[in-house]
Amino acid sequence: MTAGNIIADDGYETVIGLEVHVELATKTKIFCGCSTKFGAAVNTQVCPVCAGMPGTLPVLNRRVVDYAIAVGLALRCEITRQSGFDRKNYFYPDNPQNYQISQLYAPVCQNGRVEIDTAAGGTKAVGIHEIHMEEDAGKLIHDGAAGITYVDYNRAGVPLLEIVSEPDLRSAEEVIAYLEKLRMYIRYLGVSDCKMQEGSMRADVNLSVRPIGSTAYGTRTEMKNLNSYTAITHAIASERMRQIELLKAGETVVQETRRFDEDRGVSYSMRSKEEAKDYRYFPEPDLPGLAISGEWIARIRSAQPEFRPEKMARYRKEYDIPEYDIAVLTENRALAEIFEETAALCGQPKKAANWLMGETLRLLKEQEMEPEEICFSPAHLAALIGLVERKVINATAAKEVFAVMFAKDVDPVEYVEEKGLQQEQDAGAVRQVCEQVLKDNPQSVADYLGGKDRALGFLVGQAMKASKGKADPGMVNRLLKELLQAK
Amino acid sequence: MGLTELSAVQLGKKIAAKEIRVREALDAVFAKTDASEGKYHCFITLDKEGAYRQAEQVQERIDAGVCDSMLAGVPMAVKDNLCTAGLRTTCASKMLAQFVPPYSAAAVERLQAAGAILIGKTNMDEFAMGSTTETSAFGITKNPCAEDRVPGGSSGGSAAAVAAGEAYYALGTDTGGSIRQPASHCGLVGIKPTYGSVSRYGLIAYASSMDQIGPLAKDVTDAAAVLELLCAQDPKDAVSVKREGTNFCGALQEGVKGLRIGIPKAYFGQGISEEVSAAVLRAAEEFKAAGAVVEMFDLAYVKYAVPAYYTIADAEASSNLERYDGIKYGYRAEEYADLHGLYRKSRSAGFGTEVKRRILLGTFVLSADCYEAYYLKALKVRRLIRQAFENAFADYDVILGPAAPATAPKLGESLQDPLQMYLADIYTVSANLTGLPAICLPCGKDRAGLPIGLQLTGRAFGEEVLFRAAYTYEKIRGAWQ
Amino acid sequence: MEEGKSKMTDTISDNMLEYITVLAQLETEPSEKAQLKMELARMLEYMAQLQEVDTDGTVPMQQVNEEGNAFREDVVTNTDMRAQILANAPAVKDGTFVVPATF
Repeated sequence: MTAGNIIADDGYETVIGLEVHVELATKTKIFCGCSTKFGAAVNTQVCPVCAGMPGTLPVLNRRVVDYAIAVGLALRCEITRQSGFDRKNYFYPDNPQNYQISQLYAPVCQNGRVEIDTAAGGTKAVGIHEIHMEEDAGKLIHDGAAGITYVDYNRAGVPLLEIVSEPDLRSAEEVIAYLEKLRMYIRYLGVSDCKMQEGSMRADVNLSVRPIGSTAYGTRTEMKNLNSYTAITHAIASERMRQIELLKAGETVVQETRRFDEDRGVSYSMRSKEEAKDYRYFPEPDLPGLAISGEWIARIRSAQPEFRPEKMARYRKEYDIPEYDIAVLTENRALAEIFEETAALCGQPKKAANWLMGETLRLLKEQEMEPEEICFSPAHLAALIGLVERKVINATAAKEVFAVMFAKDVDPVEYVEEKGLQQEQDAGAVRQVCEQVLKDNPQSVADYLGGKDRALGFLVGQAMKASKGKADPGMVNRLLKELLQAK
Repeated sequence: MGLTELSAVQLGKKIAAKEIRVREALDAVFAKTDASEGKYHCFITLDKEGAYRQAEQVQERIDAGVCDSMLAGVPMAVKDNLCTAGLRTTCASKMLAQFVPPYSAAAVERLQAAGAILIGKTNMDEFAMGSTTETSAFGITKNPCAEDRVPGGSSGGSAAAVAAGEAYYALGTDTGGSIRQPASHCGLVGIKPTYGSVSRYGLIAYASSMDQIGPLAKDVTDAAAVLELLCAQDPKDAVSVKREGTNFCGALQEGVKGLRIGIPKAYFGQGISEEVSAAVLRAAEEFKAAGAVVEMFDLAYVKYAVPAYYTIADAEASSNLERYDGIKYGYRAEEYADLHGLYRKSRSAGFGTEVKRRILLGTFVLSADCYEAYYLKALKVRRLIRQAFENAFADYDVILGPAAPATAPKLGESLQDPLQMYLADIYTVSANLTGLPAICLPCGKDRAGLPIGLQLTGRAFGEEVLFRAAYTYEKIRGAWQ
Repeated sequence: MEEGKSKMTDTISDNMLEYITVLAQLETEPSEKAQLKMELARMLEYMAQLQEVDTDGTVPMQQVNEEGNAFREDVVTNTDMRAQILANAPAVKDGTFVVPATF
């Protein structure tokens, strides 16, 4: 699809607003001291409070507010000075109290704005209606054969931010650009890892259509449970068509919640008689109001990181590296910071970039790790770059050292010494090795002398092997050529 | 004088002086329960075994000199809506008939840390909703002052246990008068402290913004000693407060000279029994005689306190009681077709009539179309009521009135007409709406010999003043019994 | 205010009773309905007295202590207490609570 689809041929414009849930990376739940660590055995991170046992009370985790303010500032929101929590009442077994503690009347952040890049190459502002804090629900595990559901409350009470956009989006491309932008801010802030597959970032899509040129909004539907960009794209295309067909047939769109079935590529209504939608929100009486002072906001503001767009602009000025490198390095804040420190220490930005974009990203991918988990220090990477630069070790040995550094952050200088990986700089010794190689491989010597240049590569390889990789390949190359010419 | 006729502080002193062993006090108390529980039914659960186990440990602590609390070794009872680790906590509901919490209420923990001996869990109105202890799923409790009468409610079992000498004091909870009204009906001292003074952690919520825990005691001294142990900010209750002015035992001094006491005129209009009115006004005269300045005044919004209270209490209750769904704990129906059937059948069979009525009313006032007209309106009236009290406290130190419009009603009479029963809460609910402290103490008896209670309401965190006034009055009137 | 009152009373129609019982996950026997409707209506009529009060410009008071702000620090204090959490459940299996199918 292209930007042209925004104003499609069928005469209808798509209007989309997003509700994005982000699971915060706090150590504990929002209202109790249970761990939020992913992957624990069922119901082992549950206490009387988050199990909703009688007489228990919630107490707010201060860091959740810190994170909410940080995201709000990044999305240029107003921070609500007198905020507070409300109860949303509905019966469902993933919700131990049968009400969710959320924010309706005074959400922590309001009236923000995010700039997204459009396909046409420009930018566009997407309004943020509000950001509110709330608790996540537990997990339901279904046994279809037995007709039974099992409930695990490990996730119940994990803090969530819900970021509600204005209906400013017009296409799946814009939706994805918006989500990518949110993801960048949130990951740069370190408040969530935003993994859609693991559910730490989830999007509900509110969508309506209207004839092009109309300014009134059509009736919207809400699609829940979209956990990949592909699902979002397909859901938008399918729901858009469904609504347009209804309107063309003279029917009306019903305001409702729909669930998108990714396998079948269709959405279906989630309405049922038993689930009357009246949440009876009212102020949570177990929690005091939340007063956010100017000092608190200032403290969070002063700790905000440099975000990607500013970082990219600065890199263009400060480092002589390609635009592609800038884009890759700044995709992740941890990676960018290692780059900046390494470049400063070794004075060779391009070399630092190469190590990070090459071996580092390769090993991260291979080991299914995130850049945040990188353990080697920029000082050690800079030292490694220095060793190669001074020809103390060759490229092969450098890769070997790097792999060890990546695994357990060894000091490359010490490691090279300990393992005796220094290049053989003694020309006499290298010459002896080369002479031996030529003696052992008469056929290759003949081939080379007969004009087959490729044979030289083989001979260099043999010489490197004979030196156990310690010879400087440049020196080997030069010496072999000298010896061959002398023949 | 028999051992069970001592006050809690008197017994505590004898235990501290090693004149009485903790075990002996327990023997005396359990002799009482053996003799009179069949008659009064104050307890849902008695825990003799646990009590003797605690007694042994506390005696060791006392003997080792590491437990010097005034109430160490004194047997006490706890209302059954306060969680007790390892001991069944039912809220007097079929819903929680088998519930054994793995934690104790913070208030219970504080008392036990001070060496209190928990002997059992007292009967109450189901989920603290009621004024007679007749809505309990475990049967009614009779008033030890007159067996054909209710003990009041919802902390009726706690009041009856203390009045019958089955416990030296008891914890109650007060959301709309549930400590003060049974204290009034059973001739005891009961105090609801300023909201936020006692942690609600482990108190099974009825209406969170008004629930407070407090003692039912034989005299003002006991009430002061117990409340002094209970008051503390608790990090587990986010609306509990760090406060000062909790030297309640130190406040037990005679003297009300110059104390300004206001009596709301509206408290003596329609609906109050002549005998109650006369006894309360006689008490006012005695304060005056002791040097207090006593005046009648117009307190605004008196008639709106009860409707505002029930709107807010029922709204919060409807949400607080959603967690009882037959999944994590509590009653689960045996037959149901699906998830919603499980919810409905378990809740409909697990809750009694009064609880369901309040859940439905609360659901109604919070529903989308009624939220503003009912719930929000009540919250606004609540503020006006608080402002009226603030205005009154600009002129007076204490507001004096009755705790109930009549003495204890006959068993079986009140539930016929719930609205009429609600109206009787007129004197007590304001303290809950506003958060102000209020104490009830005996001020006489009617012709039938039923106790009449006097209520004193103070400024926020002004319990010391209340204790001084109550102590002075108690000295004038003569102590318990 | 008479008009307001009668309107309030009418709100407990069969539909309204059905609506709030569904929201509250309760059920009512057909035999109880008439009595219940009457009681609720009477109570609501009583609550509707509040409509008489002029509350213009009055801020709702949902909490007694309005200054607020109480937090816990982000430190793990709880360990595995699954056995205690499940001990009161009517039906458990393999460390989970068991409910009828929700799918």
